[in-house]
Amino acid sequence: MKPALILLPLVAVLFFASLLIGPAGLGAGESLAALLTGKGGAVVLVMQEIRLPRALLGVMVGAVLGLSGAAMQGYLRNPLAEPGLIGVSSGAALGAVLSLQTGLAAAFSLALPLAALTGAGISVALVLLLAGPRGGALALILAGIALSALSGALTSLVLNLSPNPFAVTEIVYWMMGSLADRSMEHVWLALPFMAGGAVLLLSLGRGLDALTLGEDAAASLGVGLTGLRLRLVLGTAAAVGASVAVAGAVGFVGLVVPHLLRPLVGAQPSRLLPASALGGAAMVLAADVAVRLIAPDQDLKLGVLTAIIGAPFFFHLLWRMRRIEA
Amino acid sequence: MSGLRSDLPALTLAVLVLATGAAGAETPRAIPQRVVSVNLCTDQLAMLLAAPGQLVSVSHLAAEPQSSSMAAEAAAWPANRGQAEQVFLLHPDLVLAGTYTQKATIDLLRKLGVEVLQLPPANSLADAAAHIRTVGAALGQEARAEAMARAFEAEVAAAQYRGAPATAALYYPNGYTTGSGTLANEVLALTGFRNIGAEAGVTGGGILPLERLIMAAPNLIITSEPYPGASRSEEILTHPALRAAKGAAEGMMTDADWICGTPYILRAIARMQAARAAVETGG
Repeated sequence: MKPALILLPLVAVLFFASLLIGPAGLGAGESLAALLTGKGGAVVLVMQEIRLPRALLGVMVGAVLGLSGAAMQGYLRNPLAEPGLIGVSSGAALGAVLSLQTGLAAAFSLALPLAALTGAGISVALVLLLAGPRGGALALILAGIALSALSGALTSLVLNLSPNPFAVTEIVYWMMGSLADRSMEHVWLALPFMAGGAVLLLSLGRGLDALTLGEDAAASLGVGLTGLRLRLVLGTAAAVGASVAVAGAVGFVGLVVPHLLRPLVGAQPSRLLPASALGGAAMVLAADVAVRLIAPDQDLKLGVLTAIIGAPFFFHLLWRMRRIEA
Repeated sequence: MSGLRSDLPALTLAVLVLATGAAGAETPRAIPQRVVSVNLCTDQLAMLLAAPGQLVSVSHLAAEPQSSSMAAEAAAWPANRGQAEQVFLLHPDLVLAGTYTQKATIDLLRKLGVEVLQLPPANSLADAAAHIRTVGAALGQEARAEAMARAFEAEVAAAQYRGAPATAALYYPNGYTTGSGTLANEVLALTGFRNIGAEAGVTGGGILPLERLIMAAPNLIITSEPYPGASRSEEILTHPALRAAKGAAEGMMTDADWICGTPYILRAIARMQAARAAVETGG
């Protein structure tokens, strides 16, 4: 059974739901016609400039988060590896906030994703360094907690020192993420980095498959671990960095999605990677639709929903690992 | 005070003033000599009404041009950040505060024997006139306050727009808008605008989702001036959809002139009158 047969239609349905659900309460036919033909005044503006970028970003952010979660778990052979949990997202958020508050992002727009990419890259590299190549669960999680705490604190510090009175209230946005009121500018800004990162991560499939047999077996199959690690770091940094730069840090997607899909693909990393990208897109789209249904007039943060779904999974995983290790 | 009791906000204000044991006009009392203001709105009223030397310090917000109509004037007074310790060390005999000033600060100052007058936010033009008189009475400057309030009321009465209203929306960072029951709403009504925020069911302040604003297609969208430094909250004000909807009748306006119940509301009224005329000629 191919998981794509289930996941592709699911993503398509959720994408349309994301386009059609919103506080303005427009009719489905009217809004799709306005989106495609560009005729219809205010409806066109709402569809093309508000809802389309939101739905597109939902797909993009979800896909890279699911993909990088699956790639990290495959490389570290550890089900707890996830960009949010091990501090990659908070590193990216710190980079993004620094570029915004120093005025760099206003000077040239690519500075925002590039700074987030740098923050994410430093964090991934540090985690891999601290946790070691085998990535023992405890070392990995401890390194992640330390990094998250440090970048979270520095992000709060930078926002507290900002002369802008709104900046300090945005700490929660950078930690929880949101797709509200993004525009096509954000889509174009993030797309090249996300696409590049995704290509790098998808190319890891064969190497990760070999790695399931152990490092020595992988090396004898001609898989270079150094190159694999470099591509993982660069791919995750570009994909997660761009995602955080435009949508904040959305947690738990990279944890839950590979975990759910692993049985469907026979636990084979090369098949898990694309499946997790689709699954991640579906999860973030669903969460973003739910956010608008639960509180249409408030900017409820995406990370609130993904954490409510994701944290119980985390408990479950920890419980299982405890039994295995005991 | 008695002339004000005809309307409810003024009445509650008077009760509040009496309850705090502060400047009840009925009980003759010494005129305060060292007044400290810790609230943006009382800052401006005190700067307008106090006798020379009577006001000792104003809050740091009074010097911030995005929120204060008297940013330049405020430079003449030392600024405070409103913490009890700092305020107490200025040896005030009267502290002017807002009802939303940190409760702990107010309680502590009262415990230390400092008289505190708390002024609620002005939600209407009548509130504004009442606030001028209340602060005037507290400062012992009744005559000056009465003259200022009367001039204010006369200009407001003269500003009433007659004719079919246009539509306007107030749009602030995070999609915040002000609806019915607010000072800004009353200014809009006075100058010939229907408030989209109020019609969307927002009472007081609330969120108006961007797409509902776009669908309402108001004649005028009023936004605030950006603060220095970046924030995601303010990005919504440069959203392509909002830029497209604004079209010709765009208005950027400092919030300063209508956050507080001061005579500077008249400046906001004048600017809205000009905007209304522009909507008329611009079609």
